[in-house]
Amino acid sequence: MAKAASSKRSSPEKDATASPPPTPNRPRPPEPKRHKADKAEMLEYYRQMLLIRRFEERAGQLYGLGLIGGFCHLYIGQEAVAVGLQSAMDFSKDSVITGYRDHGHMLAYGIDPKVIMAELTGREAGISKGKGGSMHMFSVEHKFYGGHGIVGAQVPLGAGLAFKHKYAGDGGVCLAYFGDGAANQGQVYEAFNMASLWALPIIFVIENNQYAMGTSVNRASAEDQLYKRGESFRIPGLQVDGMDVLEVRGAATTALEWVRSGKGPILLELKTYRYRGHSMSDPAKYRSREEVQAVRDKSDPIEALKRELEKAGVSEDELKSIDKDIRAIVAESADFAEQSPEPDPSELYTDVLVESY
Amino acid sequence: MTIEIKMPALSPTMEEGTLAKWLVKEGDTVSSGDILAEIETDKATMEFEAVDEGTVAKILIPEGTDEVKVGTVIAVLAGEGEDASAAAEAPAKPEPKAVQEEAPAPESGEPTKMETGARNLVASVEKAEIRDPEVPEGTEMVRMTVREALRDAMAEEMRTDDRVFVMGEEVAEYQGAYKVTQGLLEEFGDRRVIDTPITEYGFAGVGTGAAMGGLRPIVEFMTFNFAMQAIDHIINSAAKTNYMSGGQMRIPIVFRGPNGAAARVAAQHSQNFAAWYAHVPGLVVIAPYSAADAKGLMKAAIRSEDPVVFLENELMYGQSFDVPKLDDYVLPIGKARIAREGKDVTFVSYSIGVGVALDAAGKLAEEGIEAEVVDLRTLRPLDRETVLKSLAKTNRIVCVEEGWPTCSISAEIAAIAMEEGFDDLDAPVLRVTNVDVPLPYAANLEKLALVKVEDVVAAAKKVCYR
Ligand SMILES: Cc1ncc(C[n+]2csc(CCOP(=O)(O)OP(=O)(O)O)c2C)c(N)n1
Repeated sequence: MAKAASSKRSSPEKDATASPPPTPNRPRPPEPKRHKADKAEMLEYYRQMLLIRRFEERAGQLYGLGLIGGFCHLYIGQEAVAVGLQSAMDFSKDSVITGYRDHGHMLAYGIDPKVIMAELTGREAGISKGKGGSMHMFSVEHKFYGGHGIVGAQVPLGAGLAFKHKYAGDGGVCLAYFGDGAANQGQVYEAFNMASLWALPIIFVIENNQYAMGTSVNRASAEDQLYKRGESFRIPGLQVDGMDVLEVRGAATTALEWVRSGKGPILLELKTYRYRGHSMSDPAKYRSREEVQAVRDKSDPIEALKRELEKAGVSEDELKSIDKDIRAIVAESADFAEQSPEPDPSELYTDVLVESY
Repeated sequence: MTIEIKMPALSPTMEEGTLAKWLVKEGDTVSSGDILAEIETDKATMEFEAVDEGTVAKILIPEGTDEVKVGTVIAVLAGEGEDASAAAEAPAKPEPKAVQEEAPAPESGEPTKMETGARNLVASVEKAEIRDPEVPEGTEMVRMTVREALRDAMAEEMRTDDRVFVMGEEVAEYQGAYKVTQGLLEEFGDRRVIDTPITEYGFAGVGTGAAMGGLRPIVEFMTFNFAMQAIDHIINSAAKTNYMSGGQMRIPIVFRGPNGAAARVAAQHSQNFAAWYAHVPGLVVIAPYSAADAKGLMKAAIRSEDPVVFLENELMYGQSFDVPKLDDYVLPIGKARIAREGKDVTFVSYSIGVGVALDAAGKLAEEGIEAEVVDLRTLRPLDRETVLKSLAKTNRIVCVEEGWPTCSISAEIAAIAMEEGFDDLDAPVLRVTNVDVPLPYAANLEKLALVKVEDVVAAAKKVCYR
């Protein structure tokens, strides 16, 4: 029955990069190498992660002011995952799909913060015309396929996008994100089997932020080393430190090489952490304040990169000016989202079906 | 720059809260992510984090203050390079009352009291009055929420029958995503109150199998939207087995959880599945309105030998009603109830729709139209007799349903009225329901999409030719 919490769970900063034992007689990708980024590249990652952080903080604040309603899941703490992975993708042909915790992935794909924030406030200018809200955002233009509210649903959907890439021979790869909680849904394994059987070009990404709502990984998963979950489908898995954007980027390169060379799917488990509650109304009593604080202090992805940038000779002033720019962008998006009008009442009836009958 | 820190709304329904504890003091410097205070909302105690950086210049609302309205300035932060003591003087005195009043077009940054359809539904429920003719005169009543009533019903049944257990996502340690299973883990332990992984199809099957084996599972779906992952077991495994086995194999299971629209959660999280399940022979489907009915019918559902789909409603969980203080308050399955008597028109509804119907009945009474409100309570088997009796009395039916109109419970009522009560009808049966579109997120559209009291009033007048 319900398994008691055991000491098996490891903190994200420890053994995050423990390498999986090779399975004999099966080809495996090489061990990923930490990405060697130059200063300009690091600054870009820093900028993107900071944009996500400040955007999410602002979204939290707008929720508190009653401008955002319903469920709103923030990405704070997990920024390095979306930024590290998506920076390796080819925006012109690759696709991305994720769950409801989707703001960060959209920002990392360069989608305008204004239309994302306007969707959060449910306005006409929002990317889904205000009809989807925080959990349901899409941008076909950016090959960003959502934004799905049903836990696990995005995994077979992602396999379907990969199916299309293969079918059309367009050279694209699908990046399908899901959580440690979602990793227990049956449809995930149905998708694994088909993706492997048909050698679909897909990277399955488990964002293991340690908790599915109030349930820690080891209370919900018989095998809590989630990178192993693809093994019986012959999908190789890699465990990656998701708090280090350069480690993430390195793993993305390895994964993409594997998939692009036609070897079929690969599974990445990104060990990360969410600082805030599951959604805005989660009191987060299932973990201690000290636990959260320890991660913030020791493994914050933005602070870590900041230290690296300082070592590389970037001045404090330069970092401050980035911070200022980002704050301005976020403030502008919030103003835009507050001031845009609500959707026209006639929108209630549009988009239900495409055609008229 | 001086930054005003305002009392946040930490849930869509929160209007005020208790400032339980300050975790910073005047003079402290804070940066984004630091926890400023603990705030008690209508549901839980939450931590409130700083978004801006600066020095705490002044704390305006002391800890321990109750009923702090959302939007009240609770502290002032001095921005970088600003003198904290000057900042403390600068802002005008906080005016907690200002937010209470219906603010005119709020300035940017002011808290906006969101006008949503869900809020309107709740307002109807709060206004509505019901009487309970079934409880013997003189019975002592206790005021309790629907949430508490459901919890008590489960706990009482678990105390008397060891075969009853509860399973679902976050039902044990987290005390339920909507706190319906609060305290059950503590009382019954983890043998009987079981947290599952997020795997609806799997645990609905496990529950059904356990029922086949002789246990009496209560399977909680965090919401019925997620039960769509499990609908195969509910229908193919639970509903049909008794029949297919020639009566050998029973499935005494309760599938329960919130159903219907909640506030601003958009299309995938706001659906009423009543008609879906009520369609299926082999299932019992219950959708109560009041706390008393929730309790009495939940106890009956747990005791039933049949698979029961028990549809709760998130917007109703926090609503309070009188519940009879009886040792064993069990209600009959399959019996509707007259929630309000009237002679001019019959409203037929269930779940939160009953609140809308009662609210409309109150408004109509002011205009001299006496509406009778039938609360179906059980949707399958449906109490045709009560509906037809009321029709014979009023000669008019308006169905009220928080759900889509097409192939709905309302459609079923209309068919029954026509097939079995045709001679009693003085006007066509009308349906007042949600608009036939997926539920939108935007506040204004959501309001337009959900069933409305005004439409019920208009429909009643129409069938009364007034
Ligand atoms: C099928 C289904 N079941 C339950 C839910 C409710 N729910 C939403 S998020 C969530 C937790 C998911 O956790 P995880 O997959 O780890 O992702 P995270 O939220 O940590 O990003 C649950 C149970 C849902 N949306 N869909």
